[in-house]
Formats: sequence, C-alpha cells, structure tokens
Amino acid sequence: MNRWSERMIEAAIRFSGFVSIAFVVMIFLFLLTEGHALFRVTGLTDFLLGRNWHPISTPPQFGILPLLLGSLAVTAGASMMAVPLGIGTAVFIAEVAPKRLAGILKVGVELIAAIPSVVIGFVGMVLVAPVVREFFSLPVGLTAFTGSLMLALMSMPTMVSIAEDAIHAVPRQYKEAALAMGATRWQAIYRVILPAARPGILAAVMLGIGRVVGETMAVMMCTGGAVAIPSTLLQPVRTMTATIAAEMGETVRGSPHYNALFAIGIVLFLITLIINVTADLVIHRGRRDSP
Amino acid sequence: MNEGNAGKPPGAMAGPPRRTVTALEAAERVSGPTPLAEAPETIVEVRNFNLYYGAFQALKNINVKIVRRAITAIIGPSGCGKSTLLRSVNRMNDLVPGVKTAGQILVDGEDIHGLGAEPVALRKKVGMVFQRPNPFPLSVFENMAFGPRIHGTFRKSEIHEAVERGLRAVLLWDELKDRLKASALSLSLEQQQRLCIARLLPVKPELLLMDEPCSALDPLATERVEELMQEMKENYSIVVVTHNMQQASRVSDHTGFMLLGELVEFGETREIFTHPHDHRTEDYITGRFG
Ligand SMILES: Nc1ncnc2c1ncn2[C@@H]1O[C@H](COP(=O)(O)OP(=O)(O)OP(=O)(O)O)[C@@H](O)[C@H]1O
Ligand SMILES: [Mg+2]
Repeated sequence: MNRWSERMIEAAIRFSGFVSIAFVVMIFLFLLTEGHALFRVTGLTDFLLGRNWHPISTPPQFGILPLLLGSLAVTAGASMMAVPLGIGTAVFIAEVAPKRLAGILKVGVELIAAIPSVVIGFVGMVLVAPVVREFFSLPVGLTAFTGSLMLALMSMPTMVSIAEDAIHAVPRQYKEAALAMGATRWQAIYRVILPAARPGILAAVMLGIGRVVGETMAVMMCTGGAVAIPSTLLQPVRTMTATIAAEMGETVRGSPHYNALFAIGIVLFLITLIINVTADLVIHRGRRDSP
Repeated sequence: MNEGNAGKPPGAMAGPPRRTVTALEAAERVSGPTPLAEAPETIVEVRNFNLYYGAFQALKNINVKIVRRAITAIIGPSGCGKSTLLRSVNRMNDLVPGVKTAGQILVDGEDIHGLGAEPVALRKKVGMVFQRPNPFPLSVFENMAFGPRIHGTFRKSEIHEAVERGLRAVLLWDELKDRLKASALSLSLEQQQRLCIARLLPVKPELLLMDEPCSALDPLATERVEELMQEMKENYSIVVVTHNMQQASRVSDHTGFMLLGELVEFGETREIFTHPHDHRTEDYITGRFG
C-alpha cells in the first residue's frame, strides 16, 4: 500500500516535470511554425540587422534592429537602476534594518508584484512622464528612460526577495568571525557576506532582468512607441514586446507581417532562454566552488 | 634565515650557538611594540565582573588576572559561563541583545568599556578562535588577506608577505602554498582550524581567545593544534576554553575552574590538578560531576 502510493506520487511528480518541459518545447515549436515563413520573404540578416520596420508599406520591410535596440535600451536602463537599488535594499533588509522595519519593507517590496502592469504603465504615463519631460526639458516625456524607471520598479520584487534570501542563507558564523577580527558591520557585509552570497545574488539579478525583457504592457504605455534606433535613453523607443502586442490585432493570419511578429517572438524566447540558462549555470558553478 | 652567516668561514662562529640567537631575533620581530622584558606581567585583568542575559546572571563577580605569554585554560561543566567570559574579553557579547555588564575588564591596563574604547581596536588586539572552524567561504588567500585589508593594509606586496608569514606560523605554508586560490572550505578540518588561527596573526594580536578549538577535531589533529599552541605562547598570550581535562593539564600554565557563573578557583595548572583548594574543583576534576 505504502510502496504503491509512494510510486504514484513519484510518477505524478515526474509527469508534472515532463509536462512543463513539454509546454516549453511546444510553445517554441508553435513559434517556429508560425514564424519561419517570414524567412521566405526576408533573409535572417535583413530581419535581425535591418534598420527599417515598415510592415504595412509596399513592399514591406521587416528589419527589427530598432526594436532590438529599443528593448536593449529599456532593459539596460532598468538594470542600471534596479541592480544597485535591489541589492542595496536586500542588504538593508537582511543585515541592517531593525526587525520591524525589515518586515515592513519586505512586505512593501513584495506588494509591488501585486500591482498589475497596466496600472504601473498608467502611473508611468500620467505621473512620471511629465516629470521626466520637465526635468530633462524634452519635447515628450514618453521615453526609454521613463519605461526603464517603471521596469526597474517592476523588477524589484524578484530581485530583492531572491537576493535577500541568498544573503540570509549565509551562515551567521562567518559574520561573527569577521566582527571578531575587528571588522565593522559594513566591512563584514562587503568583504564576507556579499561574496558568500554571490551566486544567489547573480541569480537574482538575472531573473530580475529576465522579467524586464519580457515585460510588455508597462513599456508599451511609457516608452512612446517610436520605431527608431535610439541614441540616448531620453528618446521614445519601441520594444519587441510592445510591437507584438500593438500590431498583432491588425495582421492577417498567415501574412508576412503576422509571420514577422512570430519571428520576433522567437527572438524574445531565445533571449530569455539564454538569460535563464546563464542564471542557472551561475548558480550551479557557485555551488560547486563552495561545497 | 642564516644567510647572513653563509659567507663567513666556519671559524668566525665562535661563541653562543647560532640557533639560540636567531630564535630570539625571531621572537623579537614578531612580538611587536613591547619587548619581552618591559611588558607587564598581566595582559588581562578582570575586576568584579558581572554579566546578565536579561534577568539571568551568567557571570558572578569574576576576578582574575591572565598572565602574558602563557596559556590559561578555563574549565567547567556545560553552561557554567566559560564562553560568556571569553566573549566578554573581546566584547562579542555586545552583539547579543539584552546583555548588561557591571565591573571592569582591563586589557593591557585599559578598561575595554571605558570612554573612547572601541570594539574594533580591541578586537584587533584580541583575536578569537571558535569551536567549529569557520573560515570564510573564500579562497585561502582571501581568508588570510581579510585582516590586513580591514585594518588598512592594501599594498599587494605587504599583503602577500603577511599571508605567507601567517601561514608559516601555523605550519600550513608548505601544505598550502600551491593552493592559495582554493576554497578554504575544501581544506581538512584541522587545516581549517589552523587557517582560522593563522588569519588572526597578520593584524598582530597580543591575546588569542580559543573557545574549545579542538572539539571538532580528531585526536591526532588535536595533538597537533596543541603543539601549535605551545609554540605560539612564545609570542602570544592564549586563553583556551576546554571540556577536555587532559587538554587543560597538558597545554596550560594556569587553569581556572568555573561553576554556575562563578570562578571557583584559579591558579597554576599543576596546583589545580594535584592540590585543588576547593572541594568543588576536586569533585569536577576527579569526574564526580559535570
Ligand atoms: N544569548 C544568550 N541568551 C541567554 N542566555 C544565554 C545566552 N548565551 C548563553 N546563555 C546562558 O548563559 C549560561 C552560560 O553560557 P555559556 O555559553 O557561557 O556556557 P559554557 O560554559 O560556554 O557552556 P558550554 O560548555 O556548553 O559551551 C548558560 O546557562 C546559557 O544558557
Ligand atoms: Mg561554550
């Protein structure tokens, strides 16, 4: 009886594992079947490095370089803000703040995850964009920078909670040893605790960035939507995700435009896959280094 | 070490044997600011010291003088306050919430709780070795470089020199000189504990507090760490907490016996183990309780 139920549970767990892998594979295959037809119209290089995205002119042009760079600009901007702030917050919660304040902050940061992204987009559009426009004296406030700000906010829950867990998991004895040698609290954090938590912190950063790359609604609302290769963060851009979301409704199923949007999906899929696999490798290498 | 004499003809070396001279020189070099002769006899003096964890009194009116460049053992049954006393000397108990103290502890004649007394400066002078070896989860080199770095040494050559000197002092250099980049956690427990002792040395502590430093080690490793302690007492003062009575009688010059927060008896180790004055000490060392 016992053995039997044990085996059932094992089978169920194995099944759910396979199901999630199967879903990923199926989604990728779906993207491939719907997207590959584009490459009969446009070559891979023209697609990835083409500077013009004119999907409905004749003849249409499907160069996604502006969209790739748009995504890159928004992601890079968001990471530059979110990584230091996220790690700083995690350190503050785990090591510095008194217990009560730490608890409040933790809940506060996790609540950010509960805000629907359309609401964050709305806030960015209505409240933040005018401030950005005024502050930098720009013609419009909807820029890559505005989107980055909102995305940085959205990536905080992932980044902070994973980094905080990693810092928390560092055994107390290391900190005690450092303090017993006359280290200040900051020296113990900087020289012992953070290096010891490094694999987990890197994973936090990677997963936070992964969240930013895939985000759609908020960036669509805040970045202005101009398909142009940006030269600074203070210009309107259009990301890959926003393009798919904005244009999918207007396309005819099976048309080159439709195929092109799926091809963008393939690119996005591969980018997030690479980020996640890298995060995984980083975590495992960390484990091997410090058994 | 002897290269200064290498070029001289053998006949020039009349007089006292060379080895003695170099050993003295070495001792002087490591001993830091106070030459042997001038240093006061007492390195730590505890005066009427009491410690409370909240309402619980863990140390009761402790008075003791710890002799410089000697090994002092603290023995006593579990929970009698040995670790608490040890951690009072480098103010590690400051980190425990709800701790209150009364009385004085003088290190090198200065009140460690006095005005302007800094835990950081104190802990530089007073190193601590813990029960479980706790090297940082970093490389051997980084473990050794930590002390110099937090106390303001950043020159590469100085750090390298300090790393080598520290590892040589605990006889780890030959074993580890090719593995400085390896994780300290990949070492054997004995090596880890030696490393934990070694990493204290570059900041030139005067006093080493060891809280059951051998309890995680096997008998052979224990013996070797004890030998190391014997060697180190030439240059450092050592206070060691131990549950192991043989260890106390083997390594220490002075022994204190604690019971329920009191220091029942303190004196020369030979005296304590052969002619204890207090019947409670006698009961303990003859194994009647504890
Ligand atoms: N942080 C703390 N809060 C409250 N009580 C404590 C704390 N640390 C220790 N104590 C109590 O103080 C007493 C002395 O503890 P201490 O750790 O100094 O004993 P010890 O002699 O080192 O024991 P052992 O041989 O088991 O290590 C014990 O009764 C212990 O329960
Ligand atoms: Mg103890």
